[in-house]
Amino acid sequence: MASDPDLAPVDDTHAALGLTDDEYLRIGETLGRRPNHLELAMYSVMWSEHCSYKSSRIHLRRFPTEAPWVLVGPGEGAGVIDVGDGIAAALRIESHNHPSAIEPYQGAATGVGGILRDIFSVGARPIAVMDPLRFGPLDDARARWVAEGVVSGISGYGNSVGVPTVGGETVFDETYAGNPLVNVLCLGVMPTERLVLGRAEGVGNLAVLLGSTTGRDGIGGVSVLASAGFSDDEADADKRPSVQVGDPFEEKRLIEACLELLDRDLAVGVQDLGGAGITCATSETAAKGGAGMDVMVDEVPLRQPGMEPFEVMTSESQERMLAIVTPEQLDEVLAIAEKWEVRATVIGTVTGSGRLRVVDADGEVLADVPAKSLEEDAPLYDRPRSEPTDLAERRADRADALPAPSDPGADLLGMLADTSWVWTQYDHMLFLNTVMGPGADAAVLRLKHPTTGADTGRGLAMTTDGNHLWCAVDARQGSAMTMVESVMNLAVVGARPMAMVNCMNFGNPEHPEVMWQLSESVDGFSEALEAFDVPCIGGNVSLYNESRGRDIDPTPIIGVLGVVDDLSTVPPGPVLVDGSRLILVGATDPTLDGSLWASRAGHRGRGTLPTLDLASAAAAAGVVRELVINGLVQGAHDVAQGGVGLALAEMAVRSGVGFTAARIADHAELFGESAGRAVLCVAPDQVRTVLDALEAAGVPHARIGVAAGDRLVVKDLLDVSLADATAAWRDQLPAALGSGTTQG
Amino acid sequence: MARHVAVIRFPGTNCEFDVVEAVESLGGTAEIVFHDQTSLGAADAVVVAGGFAHGDYLRPGAIARFSPVMDAVGVFAAAGGPVVGICNGFQVLTEAGLLPGALQKNAGLKFRCEMSELRVETTDSVLTSASSVGRVVRIPINHFEGNYTCSDETLAELRGEDRIVFRYVDNPNGSVDDIAGVCSAGRNVVGLMPHPERACHELLGSTDGRELLASFL
Repeated sequence: MASDPDLAPVDDTHAALGLTDDEYLRIGETLGRRPNHLELAMYSVMWSEHCSYKSSRIHLRRFPTEAPWVLVGPGEGAGVIDVGDGIAAALRIESHNHPSAIEPYQGAATGVGGILRDIFSVGARPIAVMDPLRFGPLDDARARWVAEGVVSGISGYGNSVGVPTVGGETVFDETYAGNPLVNVLCLGVMPTERLVLGRAEGVGNLAVLLGSTTGRDGIGGVSVLASAGFSDDEADADKRPSVQVGDPFEEKRLIEACLELLDRDLAVGVQDLGGAGITCATSETAAKGGAGMDVMVDEVPLRQPGMEPFEVMTSESQERMLAIVTPEQLDEVLAIAEKWEVRATVIGTVTGSGRLRVVDADGEVLADVPAKSLEEDAPLYDRPRSEPTDLAERRADRADALPAPSDPGADLLGMLADTSWVWTQYDHMLFLNTVMGPGADAAVLRLKHPTTGADTGRGLAMTTDGNHLWCAVDARQGSAMTMVESVMNLAVVGARPMAMVNCMNFGNPEHPEVMWQLSESVDGFSEALEAFDVPCIGGNVSLYNESRGRDIDPTPIIGVLGVVDDLSTVPPGPVLVDGSRLILVGATDPTLDGSLWASRAGHRGRGTLPTLDLASAAAAAGVVRELVINGLVQGAHDVAQGGVGLALAEMAVRSGVGFTAARIADHAELFGESAGRAVLCVAPDQVRTVLDALEAAGVPHARIGVAAGDRLVVKDLLDVSLADATAAWRDQLPAALGSGTTQG
Repeated sequence: MARHVAVIRFPGTNCEFDVVEAVESLGGTAEIVFHDQTSLGAADAVVVAGGFAHGDYLRPGAIARFSPVMDAVGVFAAAGGPVVGICNGFQVLTEAGLLPGALQKNAGLKFRCEMSELRVETTDSVLTSASSVGRVVRIPINHFEGNYTCSDETLAELRGEDRIVFRYVDNPNGSVDDIAGVCSAGRNVVGLMPHPERACHELLGSTDGRELLASFL
């Protein structure tokens, strides 16, 4: 980079704000002068890792993003697809990892609030939330404190704001001991014609700030928290003022007010205020609309006196939206805001200058930058990446060499964990859509027209999945296997996959091995997306997930949305029916590398994942879906973590029916995690039909036993009582987490 | 004859559209009445729907009781009109003095959203006239403050006057005497914590809510 001495930094302010010397120079070149303090603050938040994706953008471009049903792809508030009957579905996933590590209740609560605003900013009513969560081990008191706080925060905010939480995942593992993951996914629906985008168009139109006052909470949260790792506890305590505080009642009124504005066609565009606050919302809407904006910073309603313009412009106070409206319609907009008791203030004007200017009450221009430069000129890094030097050695260290378990039954019981302790704290039934909720392989929701309420007779299905143990062995294949798992989770409820969103949770991007993991993961997902013909419609990247210099295992988490073409009956679910036959669908490569069983034996991040054939996985998912839709199975469960052993045991404890299985040769076949498999429970008189369908599709399968009795039996491997298994399943989480949470 | 139902909506209410859907599925008609209204219009029945009226700030129902529409609901109830408060609506009706007792935090200090079993204790109420005493219905609960409490005198009165409408089969929240729902002395005002509107569709796990709402309609 050229180093014009007139543009060189004069002090360390930029470094304190998280900008490098090169980035400082780049701002100077854009402006033709040194930035002033306010401008520097604005660039620092917009060019943070969290907002600019400067380390990951170069890789994210490789995701396949196109399909005829995609209405809005990556880069907007939410991805949007056409799901038929005049209905569009909006989907988005976000992370709130770092705030939740510092302040679990508020971190998780504001994560829910933020994702809802992304959804209604494209005109959709949020109808469901899912929460994939990762915490440290259950025997770690701090991890339990974080888990309780996060669950309370999601419960306290989500229930009150009135959006059901219909699923998610809860995983406890040592890799997250210092850095939990709190991801949140939201689905919204709207009539296709109401789709709006965050665009500031029309010179002279007004920017109206809706919702909460602006305070000092969350100043620079994106640069301070989200874009750096954690060191020691005392320094982290100092970061607490960077965590925002949520108010679900304000958000609820904001949702209703914004949706009423859109219903009545009173907004040219709306944009949520999240990371980087007013700076982000005004510059993004102006840049996307090809316009400029003058922001009257003194008009912004403040929560406390004496705030500096840079604080107003970068505050991340929650529950705020920006609406672009015409002057003629302003009175109607203000009346709707008054009805919902939502504060509404004109804070800006759309200009034709292409510049974002911050102006004070005296007309003095405090900042003047090209609106596009805050987003589009953000640095783009192709950070060094390299595979671990000992990769070959790691891949050769196979878990199959571990000693066989002395008591596979005990190992199996240790894997059973009912997560209802978590999800009974969430309202998962609101809106009368939830046909299958938390605890199922995928959530299944009735699809009703968002305006008329007319039942389409079809459904939407959603799943979130991630597996750090697979990805620690091989981020590329582990990511592909994650996508395979999602597709099978949809298949067992009868849904075809339509769109994927991803939340890429990785460690420090300045570590070449982490960048290699990220790059490999993108390629793995892309290969799987192409095999299933599913587009990626959005994503989020969370980097610097590290604690005391140790990166978390790579943990890409995805959400996949599917459509159930006929939802006239409830899908079978992961259950057994007494007297029915068990069929394992999909090929088994009996290796234990990357499995939960191996990690519990101390073998993790090593070995070689089971063979994966994406075309076969697609065929298997396709035939399972057909069998489910045609009512030929009584129970269906995807096989993933814990292998066929855990899949069978989960089906047994959920239905109170045991099983006797055979043709499972050893513990590697029992606990190995080959992707693209499912267990089907089939009535005796349907077995022939099901086997014929599997043959016709060329999908490998095996009859492995019978559902019956009160014991879990795998011939020559294990024999435990259903009562013991049920108790182990039911009690694991409540015993560890206690009977209640006391925060909030 | 199916009734026309006014469904009360405060800022923060979130079950109002679910109640409308359930009422319409049973052949009734419904309209949403915003909290700032002073009239219930042509309604011949009222549902105070669930949610978090005014954010449940201060305590559930404490602010909602002052909303203008509650005066109209009070006049309607005093004239013998049928009123049902569901969940937050039950909390609002107790705060407004239309039903006795109060709802405190669940004994386990946790929010609970799950299916519950209720025993119908009387058929002499606007919500159970089409049911039968002793019948067990499956209706979901969804609350943090559902732990019913009242004075010993009130409890004796409720028992003596056959005003306990529902009891939990397996008490989820610590409610005194397993109470899930009660009615007014006039028997036209019923409050209950479980959500009958969530149990009216074959795909949602229970249709037992239909017979309750059918009584009401």
